[in-house]
Amino acid sequence: MRRACMDKTDWIGRDVVSMRDFSKEDIEFVLDVAEALEDELRKKGSLDYARGKILATLFYEPSTRTRLSFESAMHRLGGSVIGFSSASSSSVKKGESLADTIRTVERYSDVIVLRHPLDGAARLAAEVASVPVINAGDGSNQHPTQTLLDLYTIRRAFGRIDRLTIGLLGDLKYGRTVHSLAEALAFYDVELYLISPEILRMPRHIVEELREMGVEVHESTNLEETVPKLDLLYVTRIQRERFPDEEEYMKVRGSYQVNATVLRNAKESLKVMHPLPRVDEIHPEVDGTGHALYFDQVFSGIPVRMALLGLTLGVL
Amino acid sequence: MECSEVIVMAPQNLKVEVISEGTVIDHIPRGNWLKVVEILGLTESNSGTLLIASNVPSKKLGRKDIVKIEGRHLTEEEVNKIALIAPKATVNIVEDYRIVEKFTVEVPDFVEGILRCPNPRCVSNHEAVSPKFHVVSRDPLKLRCHYCERTVEGDDILKNL
Repeated sequence: MRRACMDKTDWIGRDVVSMRDFSKEDIEFVLDVAEALEDELRKKGSLDYARGKILATLFYEPSTRTRLSFESAMHRLGGSVIGFSSASSSSVKKGESLADTIRTVERYSDVIVLRHPLDGAARLAAEVASVPVINAGDGSNQHPTQTLLDLYTIRRAFGRIDRLTIGLLGDLKYGRTVHSLAEALAFYDVELYLISPEILRMPRHIVEELREMGVEVHESTNLEETVPKLDLLYVTRIQRERFPDEEEYMKVRGSYQVNATVLRNAKESLKVMHPLPRVDEIHPEVDGTGHALYFDQVFSGIPVRMALLGLTLGVL
Repeated sequence: MECSEVIVMAPQNLKVEVISEGTVIDHIPRGNWLKVVEILGLTESNSGTLLIASNVPSKKLGRKDIVKIEGRHLTEEEVNKIALIAPKATVNIVEDYRIVEKFTVEVPDFVEGILRCPNPRCVSNHEAVSPKFHVVSRDPLKLRCHYCERTVEGDDILKNL
């Protein structure tokens, strides 16, 4: 399934559906292109590679941050954007199938970004569409651009992804962001600490897969004890909507908070990431410290999505 | 079910009902003969006589089912469709009371349209699309949904056929 696309021409028309479709070379290639675009953007202010091209953002469920990030990326590339931001304002309310909506929208646009509540929706859309489809989240399955921007953030901050000790904290059971990130990190020489309440441990099959890929994996329920060992702490929100029952959620909500006390024994160089939005997992007192990397992480979405849009459109 | 003729026999009658021409599928796990018949589309009225033996003692499986299809030669490709429920099945092609060809079922790399995805949130359960699975492991059998990427194994495979 994984095929390396080391040349820009290999990316034209390619869909970005799942991290499972990415080799390590693919990841590195996208990050290299993103880095070059970021540098160029900083020098010139705006670019015009995608002039005359139209991005359609089809958001069947609201995700303001992801949608704005894609739209901003397309504008920064000099292209235009059409789309909708909730299912209530779309033809889906009239009962149109996803396949029919895609077949219609592909005739209005050059690339489609899809956010959909059903698992696998992006794969189906990619099969139907003749223009590239980029997955901006399909239910609880994949959100590949989040993983790529996380990797980009790490590489920008440390100058490398290899030889890092990384802690993943929070809902490791239901959180698709951490599953996908952990699997991508397995391509690199990293040591992973999985920190969560007992009932939110990383699924066994993922832990086994990570170990099979040669990653040294440790599991812990104790954040304070683990923090001093880490170069990077990736924090996730415990999402109520992912829990099958409310009681289970109530037991674990607010289990962890990253604050000055927790960080007092951290390495000075420790960086803290979070896909945002946060609730109370990271105290605002961390924001002003050298540890906070989460707002840089938000910015990373722009060059990474510019790279993916530009590559799949074939304009770079 | 609209079988033209289904004769369920006691194992001791097995030797009597040898077919002259057709296909014998042996080593089907006990209780799965109906699913085999359904998957192979042998429930149509024009599919010929079916002879079914269920709960037959077997060295390999303990107990097994056998399906004999009179007058029809199934191809390897057709029979591989049953690999998910009868991965150890052997197939004998019979002509003039003699076995002229023998092969075992092989689990393919990719299966389409045979089982539904057990994930209720999978797009394949909501849109008009044929469910597809990648075979990630043969023993034990593990499949991954082409759409939602959920892994399916064990009883979940049987329940969703």
